[in-house]
Amino acid sequence: MQMKPGLRLKSTVCEGEVMVVRAEEGGELTCGGRAMSDQPPSARSSGKEGQMHGCLMGKRYINAADSFEVLCIKSGEGSLYFGGQELMTKDTKKLPSSD
Amino acid sequence: MNIALFLQMAADACPDRRALTSGDVQLTYKDLFSSAKKAAVLFAESGCAYVSVLDESSPAAPIALMGAAMAGIPYVPLNYRLSADHLHELRQRIDPAFLIAADESAVLDGAPMGKVMSRSGFLAKLAGESEVDPSFADDPVAVAVQLFTSGTTGTPKAAILRHEHLVSYVLSSVEFMSADEKEATLVAVPPYHIAGVSGLISSIYACRRVVQLPAFHPEDWLNLVENEQITNAFVVPTMLSRILEEADSRDTGQFSTLSSLAYGGGRMPTVVVRKALETFPGVNFTNAYGLTETSSTITLLGPDEHREALSAPSPEAAARLGSVGRPLPQVEIEIRDGKGEALGPLERGEVFVRGPQVSGEYLGQENLSADGWFQTHDAGYLDQEGYLYLAGRTDDVIIRGGENIAPAEIEDVLLSHRQVRDVAAFGAASDEWGEAVAVVLVMQPGASMTEEEVKEHVRVHLRSSRVPEQVHFAESLPYNEMGKLLRRVLREEYS
Repeated sequence: MQMKPGLRLKSTVCEGEVMVVRAEEGGELTCGGRAMSDQPPSARSSGKEGQMHGCLMGKRYINAADSFEVLCIKSGEGSLYFGGQELMTKDTKKLPSSD
Repeated sequence: MNIALFLQMAADACPDRRALTSGDVQLTYKDLFSSAKKAAVLFAESGCAYVSVLDESSPAAPIALMGAAMAGIPYVPLNYRLSADHLHELRQRIDPAFLIAADESAVLDGAPMGKVMSRSGFLAKLAGESEVDPSFADDPVAVAVQLFTSGTTGTPKAAILRHEHLVSYVLSSVEFMSADEKEATLVAVPPYHIAGVSGLISSIYACRRVVQLPAFHPEDWLNLVENEQITNAFVVPTMLSRILEEADSRDTGQFSTLSSLAYGGGRMPTVVVRKALETFPGVNFTNAYGLTETSSTITLLGPDEHREALSAPSPEAAARLGSVGRPLPQVEIEIRDGKGEALGPLERGEVFVRGPQVSGEYLGQENLSADGWFQTHDAGYLDQEGYLYLAGRTDDVIIRGGENIAPAEIEDVLLSHRQVRDVAAFGAASDEWGEAVAVVLVMQPGASMTEEEVKEHVRVHLRSSRVPEQVHFAESLPYNEMGKLLRRVLREEYS
């Protein structure tokens, strides 16, 4: 599937859902070890062991190269991987509210 | 990518938390999301090309903003203070529009196509609809908001903000659900101003309650802070001056919930900031600089910097009070000379900005350079540590015998004189210098100064080239309703 900003993807192992913020070609996005899909899953599959630490709504997840980013828009039990690499949460710099 | 996703997330995460207080109306996040979804269906069915609100702040503003986003239709709030002629002209430019107005009959005259509903009719209609669950588009380049610029220098321009710009701004500056249940932000800027729009979106993402003040009056503002236990607020400079005058006669202990006060939208005289810090010692002040074309804030001067400046361990730190701070993480600022060459620290030029939140687009006119830079038309410089100092609009710079003089420099010095209530400096035609410095002063009640005293005050604090050739006195200065000084009017009046 072509990753592009704005694309919303659902987990097949949990309630987890993400929106792509920055895209990069050539990698598969998985949640709990299973590919995420833009369609609601017909049946829920079981997640891979070791890839079920969870994803948290409102957190931004990036790869090590900081070239791929998603925003978690629904929390779930699966963890997010891109191109076989576990994504890390990106810290939003704590800023005072300005508007 | 759609700003409405932020509302969906807030409604998912804290459905029963209060989202909006507007007079007697209270909406939870679940209510707001539900209303926006119903509005989206209504907007889509109307076949209109725009959704517009012509009204003071009311629940209709966030509902229409988010409903329009879901329906994939640009949201265009209009300035209800404009004359009938100007409004008519703007309405022609957004035809056909689904227009929600305070008073239906007021805008029927000359309304071209589209649909008009009164605010109360619109809200009643939504209340009567059954729950819907429309899916919404995720096109990042769809237009989310179109704002007409205030047109202080000519015909209003239609600034375009796409979902990607507003989403970038919010993601880089606000942490999701970072507000706790007790937090409430007071929105006093009108819905057609960028801060009125960004304030709604940021607050929704932070899951902070929005309390609307339909029309700004300092008494009402202070009363709302007290009665609604306001914790956060944003004001433009004229609002802050008036709030401080009003607060003088009150016990500021009444406003103990207020913890953050952000200001922006125009030049804030340092005397006002100092007074604000003294009046509200427990409050965190933030100076925010941004433009409509940059999806709101691009630089910030935070609370710690304000406190350091006030206690002034060094002249540099004290001077920071006159700065608009440093850029947000994803924003780059560059100062350039008239030829477009980048300048170094402390060199004065024009402010350019680049970043994913910068749209720089007017309808039918792309204004970003090939490599993404936007020319702000603001004059200024950066210091060694990257703090930005502004010196007014480049169009307002006075060129006296080849020397560039920022009106702000002269205005700040004169405002520091305790007899002076308000002042404006501008360039007046001069045979000798090309342009000469002219000032118009408004004195404090009962105070007076001679022309010579005014000149002497400037001479003592600044170079002789800054001493005004013309000194005028007036009862008041011309501002637009958002507190923007109309120098054009002064130039015409005193030339």
